[in-house]
Amino acid sequence: MSKAKTINLTLKVWRQNGSSGIGHFETHQAKDISTDMSFLEMFDVINQQIIKLGGDPIAFDHDCREGICGMCSMTINGNPHGPDRETATCQLHMRRFEDGETLVVEPFRARAFPVQKDLVVDRSGLDRIIAAGGFVSVSTGNARDANGIPVPKLDSDLAFDAASCIGCGACVAACKNASAMLFTGAKVSHLALLPQGAVEKDRRVLKMVAQMDKEQFGSCSNTGACEAACPKGITLENMARMNRQYLAASVTSR
Amino acid sequence: MSGIQSTSGPGFFTSSIGKKYVVGLMAIGITLFALTHMLGNMLLFVSPKAYNIYSHTLISNPAIVAIELVLLAIFLVHVAFTIWTTIENKAARGNRKFLTTKGAKSVSWSSTTMFYHGVVIFFFVAWHLKTFKYGTNYDVTYNGVLMRDIHRLLVEVFQSPFYVWSYVFCVVFLGYHLNHGVQSVFQTLGFNHPKYSPAIRKLGVAYAVVVAVGFILQPLYVYFFMKQ
Ligand code: SF4
Ligand code: FES
Repeated sequence: MSKAKTINLTLKVWRQNGSSGIGHFETHQAKDISTDMSFLEMFDVINQQIIKLGGDPIAFDHDCREGICGMCSMTINGNPHGPDRETATCQLHMRRFEDGETLVVEPFRARAFPVQKDLVVDRSGLDRIIAAGGFVSVSTGNARDANGIPVPKLDSDLAFDAASCIGCGACVAACKNASAMLFTGAKVSHLALLPQGAVEKDRRVLKMVAQMDKEQFGSCSNTGACEAACPKGITLENMARMNRQYLAASVTSR
Repeated sequence: MSGIQSTSGPGFFTSSIGKKYVVGLMAIGITLFALTHMLGNMLLFVSPKAYNIYSHTLISNPAIVAIELVLLAIFLVHVAFTIWTTIENKAARGNRKFLTTKGAKSVSWSSTTMFYHGVVIFFFVAWHLKTFKYGTNYDVTYNGVLMRDIHRLLVEVFQSPFYVWSYVFCVVFLGYHLNHGVQSVFQTLGFNHPKYSPAIRKLGVAYAVVVAVGFILQPLYVYFFMKQ
């Protein structure tokens, strides 16, 4: 490891007070940043400095810091979740950057993701898409026998791959059309691929797509930016599945 | 137990996915037309007579007006739906400083600029129709049948370097459009499978190159080898 243990960076961070405020970039010097830190830990350090000087710390979303909750939304030099594929911001480490680099950090931008403060955006539009149909209707009662319904291994693997979407919204932020179709495709797929979810697949896809449109996300033009930006490696295959299910459900609905 | 309520959401054709289907289905028609048009043009390399007879056979078909109207409708629906979605998509983006991702997360140039080559192609097609379909009517007679000498008009038009290079420029854009368009249609219609998708992507590139090169050969050949 020839790389320095600490690096100095210049950060241009988006600051915005509330969703109605007008935002601007603020420049911060990040000095002596350990290359073992995660991107969020670097923000912790900078915020400590800001607080000590009596300033207003930079607001950013985070929760698990282990790549599973999908909260750590930020766009780093134009890339949602930074430069590496299949890596959420919290899993991005400072050794990825060179000493002296300038990083532009923005919130995930889309009309459907209004900025709440600084880097924090409101992504509840994605939650409402799930609430519209991203579930399986079951009767309450005793837990079912786990192997009561046989599921082939391949199907369960595909469903699991789709289910690994953490709802972070990077796909929307990466897309020039701010489309949420990769997200919705993943949510539609992971249930439709399993026998428990397949019974309601037609209604589900109609409902979820209707909600997606209502939230005013854009419509996909197949650039594939979402797939490249997705920290969980959700593939366009899921979106194709949603498209054909939507067509089938539309022509057969009554 | 209520479950997911059945829905009467927005109509298929106004939904985001429905619009994609419309754009994609129309694109299939235009794409196949582009290929047949290019192949027909290849008769230039056979003989003026073959070229003119082919053209005469097409335009003397009694169904030609209906076919032309269908083609025009396909073209205009494709254009209208893409303008519609492009306006919506631009608004959906919100206040965004960057438009495309970079480095390991970058995507192809042709996929993010479809609207712009689309605009170029639109005006090119209009200009092209004006020059050829509605251009000078020369006559020629083969075996006692009087027909249009489209070959003569073509040779005349392609003497102009301005026309030749504009044509080449526009057809290159058509190639970029097809490069993304062909594979994109498969994805939109729901064909995406690890077994076939790599081949579909190659097909898209091959289709674009074949159509674009085929179209470009014609003006270049006339310009360089059929000096009047
Ligand atoms: S599809 Fe990927 S990028 Fe989009 S919300 Fe899910 S995990 Fe995030
Ligand atoms: S903080 Fe949970 S995924 Fe990054």
